[in-house]
Amino acid sequence: MFAIELARGLYTTWREMFNKPVTIQYPDQRRPVYRRFKGRHSLHRYDNGLEKCIGCSLCAAACPADAIFVESAENTNAARFSPGERYASTYEINMLRCIYCGYCEDACPTEAIVLGDNYELSFTDRHDAIYTKEMLLEALPEGGSLTPQEVKPGVYTRSVPEMKDPVD
Amino acid sequence: MTKLVTLTIDGMQVSVPEGTLVVDAAKKIGIEIPVFCYHPKMEPVGMCRMCLVEIGRPVIDRSTGQPVLEDDGSPKIQFSPNLETACTTPVGAGMVVLGATEKARSGREDIIEFLLTSHPLDCPICDKGGECPLQNLTIKYGSGQSRYLYDEKKHFVKHVSLGELIFLDRERCIQCGRCVRFQSEIVDDPVIGFFHRGRALEIVTYSNPGFDSYFSGNTTDICPVGALTTADFRFGARPWELNKAASICNHCPVGCNLTMNVRREAASGGDWVVKRVMPRQNESVNEIWVCDKGRFGYHFAASSSNDQTSFKRLSQPLVRKNAGSDHPGELVPASWDEALSVVSERFAEAGDGLLALAGGRLANEDLFNLKQLTTTLGGEAVLYTHMAGGELTTQLGIQPGSDIGTMGQGDAILVVACDLMEEAPIWWLRVKQAAERGSQLIILNSRSTKLDQAAAFVLRYPFGAETSAVLAMLNALSEKRLRLPEAVQVLERDPTLQAAAEVFSGANNALIMYGSDCIGLTESQALAQACANLLDATGHVGRPNNGLLGVWPRANDQGAWELGFQTQTKLEDALGAAAALYIVAADPAGDDPTYLGQSGFGGKAFVVVQDLYLTQTARLADVVLPAQSWIERDGSFTSGERRAQRFYPVIPPRTAPVSRAESPSTNKAPLLIAGDEVMESPLPDFAITAMITLRIDSEARITASSAARVFNQMAETVPAFSDQTYLELAQVHEQWPIVGRDDLYYGGTSYENTGGLGMQLALNTSDTPSTTRLAGTTVEFIRMPKLGQIAFPIARLYDRGKTLMPSQLLHERIGEPYIVLNVNDAEMLRIQDGDVVHMTVANREPDSPDRVTTGQTVVVQARLDQELPERVVLVPRSFGIPIDKPTPVEIRRTE
Ligand code: SF4
Ligand code: SF4
Ligand code: SF4
Ligand code: SF4
Ligand code: FES
Repeated sequence: MFAIELARGLYTTWREMFNKPVTIQYPDQRRPVYRRFKGRHSLHRYDNGLEKCIGCSLCAAACPADAIFVESAENTNAARFSPGERYASTYEINMLRCIYCGYCEDACPTEAIVLGDNYELSFTDRHDAIYTKEMLLEALPEGGSLTPQEVKPGVYTRSVPEMKDPVD
Repeated sequence: MTKLVTLTIDGMQVSVPEGTLVVDAAKKIGIEIPVFCYHPKMEPVGMCRMCLVEIGRPVIDRSTGQPVLEDDGSPKIQFSPNLETACTTPVGAGMVVLGATEKARSGREDIIEFLLTSHPLDCPICDKGGECPLQNLTIKYGSGQSRYLYDEKKHFVKHVSLGELIFLDRERCIQCGRCVRFQSEIVDDPVIGFFHRGRALEIVTYSNPGFDSYFSGNTTDICPVGALTTADFRFGARPWELNKAASICNHCPVGCNLTMNVRREAASGGDWVVKRVMPRQNESVNEIWVCDKGRFGYHFAASSSNDQTSFKRLSQPLVRKNAGSDHPGELVPASWDEALSVVSERFAEAGDGLLALAGGRLANEDLFNLKQLTTTLGGEAVLYTHMAGGELTTQLGIQPGSDIGTMGQGDAILVVACDLMEEAPIWWLRVKQAAERGSQLIILNSRSTKLDQAAAFVLRYPFGAETSAVLAMLNALSEKRLRLPEAVQVLERDPTLQAAAEVFSGANNALIMYGSDCIGLTESQALAQACANLLDATGHVGRPNNGLLGVWPRANDQGAWELGFQTQTKLEDALGAAAALYIVAADPAGDDPTYLGQSGFGGKAFVVVQDLYLTQTARLADVVLPAQSWIERDGSFTSGERRAQRFYPVIPPRTAPVSRAESPSTNKAPLLIAGDEVMESPLPDFAITAMITLRIDSEARITASSAARVFNQMAETVPAFSDQTYLELAQVHEQWPIVGRDDLYYGGTSYENTGGLGMQLALNTSDTPSTTRLAGTTVEFIRMPKLGQIAFPIARLYDRGKTLMPSQLLHERIGEPYIVLNVNDAEMLRIQDGDVVHMTVANREPDSPDRVTTGQTVVVQARLDQELPERVVLVPRSFGIPIDKPTPVEIRRTE
């Protein structure tokens, strides 16, 4: 009896030894995420480097976990952060509160806040879980310049930059 | 009794007074008829067509005059073929209004679609977004689809400054005209208007500086879109992110009810900060309005370290140490325990040599405890003010049931020595409206003021003759005539004055509002007495809407009078003679250097200053105690109309920064602060006073525990407050118009009152009013000198007061210190408009008027005025110019 059980168990072991392993060598290897995976957010920029976020707080209003905190201020042509009238002077997400639902992304009128595929979040202090605007802003696109920018008057005259209807 | 008319709206019967508009009738029974241009406080104009409804009227048989009946016996109703505007249609008997039909619905849908053809998609960043009538009504009544092309939207300038306080976004304006109508109809300041027509129409300002009105902020409340926004709140926060707390304005004696919106702010290190101030409805006080001083002047409590040092709040007690015979020592931070034991010891030593000097911005509770302290020790409690006569207002003042808003036909209001627009703008508005409703408004003043336009009688007296002018009115009515100075006798013979006196005496209800325009302490006492005599002689006392009302310089002066504070005509001497000084919410040394005296401030007295800031006086004190501002605590104020009103904590009190090393928590933020450390933060005034008193006499009847308990003690002790409790003060009842619920489209964004309407105090009947004291005395008045000028103090709404200056936004309107001169005088002195001049206070010796000892000199800007009599100089109060009563001065051009 015992021998049969043993052989049956070892059979599984031996069989799996010749199968392809399901584990991967993280962090050397990474599994690609699904197309609609929602990971750590980033704040996007236009090609010229201006921030897409207009500081409207709609993401904060939509957030079911109350994880976002926004404070806004007014752009001037001498110090312009975003193309509209208003920009986020403070933008914080508490990653410990966030449930990665993506409502903020849905609420954003300028497609500024986008959940990416970064899931590698770890902190040793609660305060470190608060991601500031500097941490969330994506890298400067090639050819763009950092914010605040000095721009000519009369270029940015809209309160909210004009947006195309979202495609997908 | 107005006739009631019964009609049916959407199947509901309602009876309303004749003349009511259909929108209002619907609102009363909770049926919503959406509006944009209509506002319950203004005449309807029917400009936006949002309120379209179907209206049917009963058919009347012409031959019989009887309603035609249907077969089933109900009256036959004929509907008009077109939709009608509910905001311009008065109700009619038997009328049938249908607002929920398909026809009405599609009518409104079209109107909204039309409005949106030229409206931008700014909601995400628009300051109105979240409390926007257009946004809300579009969601409710709009079609969701537009047939117009987005690309064809008109584009206009989006950032037009109508002055530095209000911004206009031309694209968002839906041309409802509420703002323009408010300025011309309600506050009679037509400084903005429509320009161009049709799509190109825009709001422009005609004044310089732009939108020059003390009420400008209210237009942002009633604008149904985000076209008008305040510079103060612009992009400050989204409305739904704000918390709210009920408060009372502390800038003037009107006591406007406010709602303060607060939010935690990263820019302030995570502290709670006030983001904006909104009116809170109280139809007997400020209705749904508030003046710009109240709206924008709220920055006194904040004091981040990057502020100018003078505005930095005190955070812990300071005690003078290391003083030697040759050097004054310095103020060093100390614990409350140390500071309080020093103070109580020295106060106990001083005994009845203690002088408590209180400013009128303190709450009732603070003043009461101060009074308890001086009663325990036997000292003196003095109100720091330049306007007297308060005890008369507690005896002959206005009493419960009074409301300027109910005065009209057959009533009279006499305004004397007062520039209401500058001293108490909301009273200006209420008095003007009373005049429009038919009250006879009589103005007695030495110079023209904005209120003159609304008055039935405008009477001028020579500068300094205000008391004589009131007595001249009394003379016109009585047999027993007082002899008046010659210069006023002309006035006495004036037929207008005779007529005004007759009207005043014959009025059903009559009110006298007296102020301190161009007068000081002594003169205002005499004036109050004269007013009291006039009221008494004409029988206008002891009834609602009758009596004497003081237009005080500070918000809670009335409270101080009710609690028995006195004034001190010779304050400099009293300060020098006291053994100990307890100066609370006042800065005598900063206001007038003469208070510094010969041997330094307060002579040899032990000086304790309790304030928000390190004032001039505080710098000279032996102990400085940090107080909480009133928005950090609760309490109550008594308005000039003798209404006790509660205010609530708006932001938490600031604690002294506890360094991380001392913090018992290892977290970055000191989440937990040990008991002792909390003590190092500012405390409420009443609590500090109580703690001092209890250290002197542990049996003393005084409490530091809570404002409510102090109030209860006050109610037990002071008859005027006897029937009041905090609970009573927090009562509210239904008010009309309905504002601040989920119907922002109707009355605007003023807040509904849920914090309490307050209660008026009963008259003090224990002391017999001293109305006859003046009889037989000679009436003095200030004679113009042959040489030199006399400076008369006037009030300016935007002054350089301690609690207003931290509001940087107003600095441009406040301006630099100035004086107003007569043109001829200026010519003689070779001074031109705008010149910088030296003004020296000339102290003429009373016994030898020729000997002049010159006092303080100030450098100010000169403004010229043609109307001013020669030798008269007007000097604004609270501008750092030490003049608070008529004072001889010498003016010199700065070379
Ligand atoms: S993903 Fe969801 S929970 Fe996270 S910040 Fe956005 S809205 Fe909030
Ligand atoms: S005014 Fe109202 S509807 Fe217009 S952009 Fe602002 S929030 Fe939106
Ligand atoms: S600015 Fe506002 S209140 Fe004035 S007309 Fe335009 S929409 Fe109406
Ligand atoms: S009228 Fe007076 S009480 Fe009212 S808001 Fe203005 S300053 Fe304050
Ligand atoms: S037309 Fe009736 S509300 Fe504008």
